[in-house]
Amino acid sequence: MNFSISINGTMHDVDVDGDMPLLWVLRDVLGMTGTKYGCGIAQCGACTVHIDGNPVRSCLLPIKTVGGRTVTTIEGVGATEAGAKVQKAWLDREVIQCGYCQSGQIMSAAALLAKNPHPDDADIDAAMAGNICRCGTYVRIREAIKSAAGGA
Amino acid sequence: MSSTHAALSRRTVLQSGLAGGLVLSFEWPLRAAPVNEPEQLPDQPGGQFAPNAFIRIDKFGKTTLVMPQAELGQGVYTAIAMILAEELDADFTQVMIEHGPPSDRLYGNPIFGVQVTGNSNSIRSFWDKLRNAGAAARTMLIAAAAAQWQVDAASCSASSGKVTHAASNRMLSYGELADTAGKQPVPDKPKLKDPKDFTLIGQSLKRSDTPNKSNGKTIYGIDAMVPDMKFATLAQCPVLGGKVKHVDDSAAKKLPGVRQVVVLDDLVAIVGDHMWAAWQGLNALKVTWDEGPNAKINSADVWNELRAASQKDGVVAKTEGDVNKGLAQGQRYDADYELPFLAHASMEPQNCTVRLTPGACEIWTGTQVQSRAQEYAAKVAGLPIDKVTLHNHYIGGGFGRRLDADMVTSAVRIAKEVATPIKVVWTREEDMRHDVYRPVYRDTISASLSNGKIVAWKYRITGSSVLARWLPPAFQNGIDIDAVDSAVDMPYDIPNKHIEYVRFEPPAVITGFWRGVGPNNNVFAIESFMDEFARRANMDPVAFRLGMLEGTPRLQAALKLVAEKSGWGSPLPARVGRGVCAQPSFGSFIATVVEAEVDDVGEVHLRRVTCAVDTGIAVNPDTIMAQLQGGLIFGLTAALWGEVTIEKGRVQQSNFNDYRMLRIDEAPPIDVLVIKSAEHPGGIGETGATAGPPALRNAIYAATGVPLRRLPIDRTAIATRKA
Repeated sequence: MNFSISINGTMHDVDVDGDMPLLWVLRDVLGMTGTKYGCGIAQCGACTVHIDGNPVRSCLLPIKTVGGRTVTTIEGVGATEAGAKVQKAWLDREVIQCGYCQSGQIMSAAALLAKNPHPDDADIDAAMAGNICRCGTYVRIREAIKSAAGGA
Repeated sequence: MSSTHAALSRRTVLQSGLAGGLVLSFEWPLRAAPVNEPEQLPDQPGGQFAPNAFIRIDKFGKTTLVMPQAELGQGVYTAIAMILAEELDADFTQVMIEHGPPSDRLYGNPIFGVQVTGNSNSIRSFWDKLRNAGAAARTMLIAAAAAQWQVDAASCSASSGKVTHAASNRMLSYGELADTAGKQPVPDKPKLKDPKDFTLIGQSLKRSDTPNKSNGKTIYGIDAMVPDMKFATLAQCPVLGGKVKHVDDSAAKKLPGVRQVVVLDDLVAIVGDHMWAAWQGLNALKVTWDEGPNAKINSADVWNELRAASQKDGVVAKTEGDVNKGLAQGQRYDADYELPFLAHASMEPQNCTVRLTPGACEIWTGTQVQSRAQEYAAKVAGLPIDKVTLHNHYIGGGFGRRLDADMVTSAVRIAKEVATPIKVVWTREEDMRHDVYRPVYRDTISASLSNGKIVAWKYRITGSSVLARWLPPAFQNGIDIDAVDSAVDMPYDIPNKHIEYVRFEPPAVITGFWRGVGPNNNVFAIESFMDEFARRANMDPVAFRLGMLEGTPRLQAALKLVAEKSGWGSPLPARVGRGVCAQPSFGSFIATVVEAEVDDVGEVHLRRVTCAVDTGIAVNPDTIMAQLQGGLIFGLTAALWGEVTIEKGRVQQSNFNDYRMLRIDEAPPIDVLVIKSAEHPGGIGETGATAGPPALRNAIYAATGVPLRRLPIDRTAIATRKA
C-alpha cells in the first residue's frame, strides 16, 4: 500500500505493507538509521520517535496508523527548541557512551521538556523509565535534563 | 616505526615499562602468533607524512589518527587520540579519527599479541606505544624544520601543529613539513614529554564521538547500507547446539517482501526487502529441529555438576606459606559463593553486513576483534585474508559479546547462498538465546582469623575457562589466568595463602567474556567473605580491611577516601545499610560504598553509591568517572536481577521483559572521586561492574544481617513478610 507520511517536515511516499512498523520504514525503506532497533516489543525505548510531539515506540507502531500526523526523529529533533536544548545538554554533560540507546533517550527527554519545561525527579523518572541504557548513563541523563531545563 | 612496532613482543613491552607491581592485572604467558600478517595501511598519496600506523599528516596539515582499539562507548578513541596528540603536539581540535583496519601486526594489543579490545587494557597496554609513536613523529617534524632552516633541532619547538624556531621567529606548519618529515630518520627512542608538561593528558576533554551520537548520524554496524543490499534475519535451534532437521517454507515464501529462504545445517535465514519482511518470514517458517543431546539439560543439572566439580582438588594457581598450618591456628570460617550465567544484552543486537563477489569479501560490522573477524570471514568465504575487507564501526555496546565473531561467520555463510549483498540482523530474542554466556562459578573459601587479621586463606575457584576456548595457547598447565585474576593477587596481607582452580565446562552452554571477566567472580567472593569475616571478628568492615592493606597503600588510600566521602559509620535508618568493596583489579585501585534499603518484601532500593579510584595517570578524568558510573550500574543490574536459566537445553530468557535491566527510576546517584596519581595508567572499563555486586551484597548484609551467598539477590531470604 502507498502511504504518505510527514517526517521531520518533509513528505515521504512509501509503498509497504500497512502493518509494517514505522521503525523499519524509517530504517530500511527510507534509510534513516538514527532511530534504533533494540527489542521490538516496546521495552527498551531505543526506537522512540515523536508523533505530533508525543514520544512513541516506533517498533510497534504500524505505518497505517500514522496517517496525517507528523513524525519527528532524532535526525530532525534538533530543529525543535526542546530537542536542541536536550542535544546541547547531552554534549555539555557528556552523557553518551556507546550511544546506541541515546537517540531514544534524547527523543523521550525532548518530549518531556516540550510539555514540562521544569520537570522534577519524579517527572524525569516517569518520562524516562521506558528507555534502557545498558552503558548505565542514567546519572548523567538526569543531570542533563535538569541542565536543559535551566535548573542546574 | 612500523617495523619497531612489529618487532615489539609482549616481553619487550613489559620490559619497557608496563611491568611493575600490579600494572597488569594479569600477564599473558605468551604471545599468540598473529593471524593477520598482511599490512593494510591506507593509501599514502605523495607528500603525506605517515611515520607509523597511527599517524598521517597531509600537506594541508590534516592530521588523521588511526585507532588500533574499538570504540564501544568506553571513550577510548578520545583517550587514544589525546595520548597521540599530546606527544605529537598536534592541534587536538583539528585531528581526524579513523577506525583502524584489521592487522595484528600494526594494531595488535601489546598485552594480547592480537588485535583485541578487552580486559580494560587499551590505555595501559598502548600507553608507551602511542606516546612513542607521537613523539617519534614530532621529532621527525622538528628535524625537518631544523634542516630547512639549517639550525639545531634542539633550538626548535613544536606546539599545536607547528614547529617554531624562536630565535629567528620562524614557523612552519606540520602540513608544510609533511613531505620532508617523512625523509627524516625514524628515532628509535624519541624523547617523551615530562608528564608535568602534558597539556591534553589529564584534561576532561570532550569526547570526539558524541556529537554524531546525539543527532542520529553515527553509523553503527547495524546501520550499514550497501547498494542492492537485502535484509536477513536468522534462527538457530532453540536447543543449544541443535541442528535443522526439516523446513517447511511454503507459507513464508508467500509473504510480500520475502525473497529467499536459506537453510544451513544449524540455522535458517530469511532474506527480504527489509527486516520486517525477513522477520515475518521467519515467523511463518515451520522448522523441525534435531535437538540433539542438550535437549535434556536443565539449570539444575548445571548446578549439580558445578557443585560436584567444586569438591575436587584444583590446579594450584598460587601458594604462599603453609595454609593448612595457618588454618589450624585461628578461628576458622568457611563459605561458598555462586554466580549465575549472564547474557550481555548489548543494546545493538548482533549483526553483520556482507558483500561477496568472485574473489573478494567485504564486511561491515562492529567488532572487538577486527583481525579475528576478518580471518573468520576469509575462512568461510574460502579466500585469502587480504581479499577480505573489514569495515569496523562504532559499537552499540560490547561488554565482551563482540570478542566473539560468530555473527560474522554465520553472516558470511548465509551470504554464500545469496546473490546480493545482505545485512544480517539478529532479533533481540535470537541475540539473548544464542549469546556466549558469562560462566556459572562456584568459589569455596576457608580462612582463619587471629587477632583481627586473616592468617590463612584457602580459595578454590570452579568455573569455565573462557580463555581455553578463546585463546587456547594462553591456557597452560590447567590454569586460566583470567579465571584466577584478582584472586592470586588479592590485596590483603595474609601470610598463608593457597589458591586453586577447577576447570568446569557446563553442559550445552558456550561461555564468553563478560564485562569484569574473571575478577567479577573473584572480587564478589573475596569481598563478600571479607564482610562475613569482619563480623566474626566483631570489627567494622572498613577498619578490618584497612588493617590488612599495608602492602597495598594505593587501595588503602582509596578505601579511606571512600569511607570519608560516603559518610561511612554515620547512623542510618532501620533496614538501610552500607556495603563496601575494595579491589585492585585491572591495574586500578578502587573502593566503593553502596548504600541500600531493603523493604519488608525484600525489594532492594539503591540510595547512593560513592566510589574512589586511583587509576594512575587519568588520561581523561571525566571518561573515567563515566566508566565507573556506568560500570557500577552494569554490575548492580546483574546483582539485582541477572540470571540466564536453561530448561530442556533452551535459554529461558528472550528479551528485556524477562531479562531485567536497571532503569533510571531505580538508579542511585553515583559520586566518583578520581585520585591524582603519577603512576602508569590502569584499566577502568570493567572495574565498576566488578565493584557493584559485592558492595551491594554487603549493604544488604549490613541492612538485614543476611549473608547472601549467591546472585542474583534472593528477595525471599531478605524479606520480613511475604510479598
